[in-house]
Amino acid sequence: MFELIRANKRRSVLLVAGFVLIVALIGAGIGYLVGNGPIFTVVALLISGVIAFTSYWKADKIALAVSRARPAPEAEYQRLHNLVEGLCIAGGLPKPGVYVIDDPAPNAFATGRNPQNAAIAVTSGLLEQMNRVELEGVVAHELSHIRNYDILVSTLAVTMVGAVALMTDMAIRTMWWNGGRVPRQGDHGNHNNPLALVGFMLLLVAPIVARGMQATVSRRRETLADLSACQLTRYPPGLISALEKLQADTTVTHSASTATAHLWIEQPMAGVGDAGHLRRWHKLFDTHPPLEERIALLREL
Amino acid sequence: MVVGIIIAVVLIGLVIYLISAYNGLIRRRNQVENAWSQIDVQLKRRLDLIPNLVETVKGYAAHEQETLDAVISARNQAIEAPDTPHDQAEADGVLTGALRQLFALGEAYPDLKANQNFLQLQEELTATEGRVAYARQFYNDSVLDYNNKLEQFPTVVFARMLRFDRREYFEADEAARTAPTVEF
Repeated sequence: MFELIRANKRRSVLLVAGFVLIVALIGAGIGYLVGNGPIFTVVALLISGVIAFTSYWKADKIALAVSRARPAPEAEYQRLHNLVEGLCIAGGLPKPGVYVIDDPAPNAFATGRNPQNAAIAVTSGLLEQMNRVELEGVVAHELSHIRNYDILVSTLAVTMVGAVALMTDMAIRTMWWNGGRVPRQGDHGNHNNPLALVGFMLLLVAPIVARGMQATVSRRRETLADLSACQLTRYPPGLISALEKLQADTTVTHSASTATAHLWIEQPMAGVGDAGHLRRWHKLFDTHPPLEERIALLREL
Repeated sequence: MVVGIIIAVVLIGLVIYLISAYNGLIRRRNQVENAWSQIDVQLKRRLDLIPNLVETVKGYAAHEQETLDAVISARNQAIEAPDTPHDQAEADGVLTGALRQLFALGEAYPDLKANQNFLQLQEELTATEGRVAYARQFYNDSVLDYNNKLEQFPTVVFARMLRFDRREYFEADEAARTAPTVEF
């Protein structure tokens, strides 16, 4: 189990590094195509970074407000608080804020920029449907997200996506106005850049690729959270049982949105398990690995 | 001239490495010690919950004086047990057994079982048992982390020099391994 966790962490670091590298390459390509060097890349990264990291700083408050979560009083939710406290001891974490969401669909999420400013929220549906060990598994999964600084990782990924969207947008506009002509230093005339059209097409595709990379990073971190949860509880059957119950349940979580989808333990949108023609395409952009895969991996522990 | 710069850079690098390795060991060792005292905090919490539980049960199951007395004496024994792991584990086992008998009373007295206070205390004690287990787990994890850092190369080279010693794991004693018997 420890080996799996280490391998997962290695792989996700490589993924994020690769992601940043690809963005840098896109930036370099844009600089070459449009001819004004790194200025677009820098501006795009700055804007995207500021937006993303501002929301990262306030991550806990924003996510909670959007999902209409309310604080869970200890007297009423004794078992939930007890489970959270126990797992925090196991993980050496300070206790996060505990919130509850009134929604019949079973789901849960964690948020917060670091363990000291973190919160977890569970739906009333989850509390009703899960028994003690299953609830413990879900809470352990969420605490693992906090412990592994997954919010930071996904903010980095979102920054990359935003930056790519911005700079390809800027580049496309510039190239459109230039008619594909690339001004270079020392030019005495205008030359048509033959790669302009190809570059143009690639620029259109780039944001989609970036989204795909973000989803891949998100899936990798979800798997890591599953494994870390089992490291906390030392009891994989609890989380396995919870995931099986989630698999059987088909209610859609209404308090979620596409923006917060990656934070939840199970993808909250309808149509996730569809078997239609677009299935393989959808799989690329799923923020969570399929439940069967997650259960199979945990069974091997 | 260039050789001098290279040597200086290497030396500075070495010093930075030594400082960060030393601080890493300090941090991990302190975590081990913190984790150890955490276990005691949770154990004490469990002991503190018991008088309340006994009082609640007394109101409903006054005839079960034997069981109540068993719990009270087990608790006192746990408080007074000497600090060696073996004695602690033994007292722990006796207390767990007595508590189990007490909770079994809930089956015999439906009024007691329905009592909110009783249920709350039951949940609290179950949770506290969990916390004790998790505190021990965290202690062992911290020891693992510390020992790993201590014994890996190149930290191992100077660690012993600076008097960093390997820490021992918390292990369930033989006394605690035998499950306490429940008698009805």
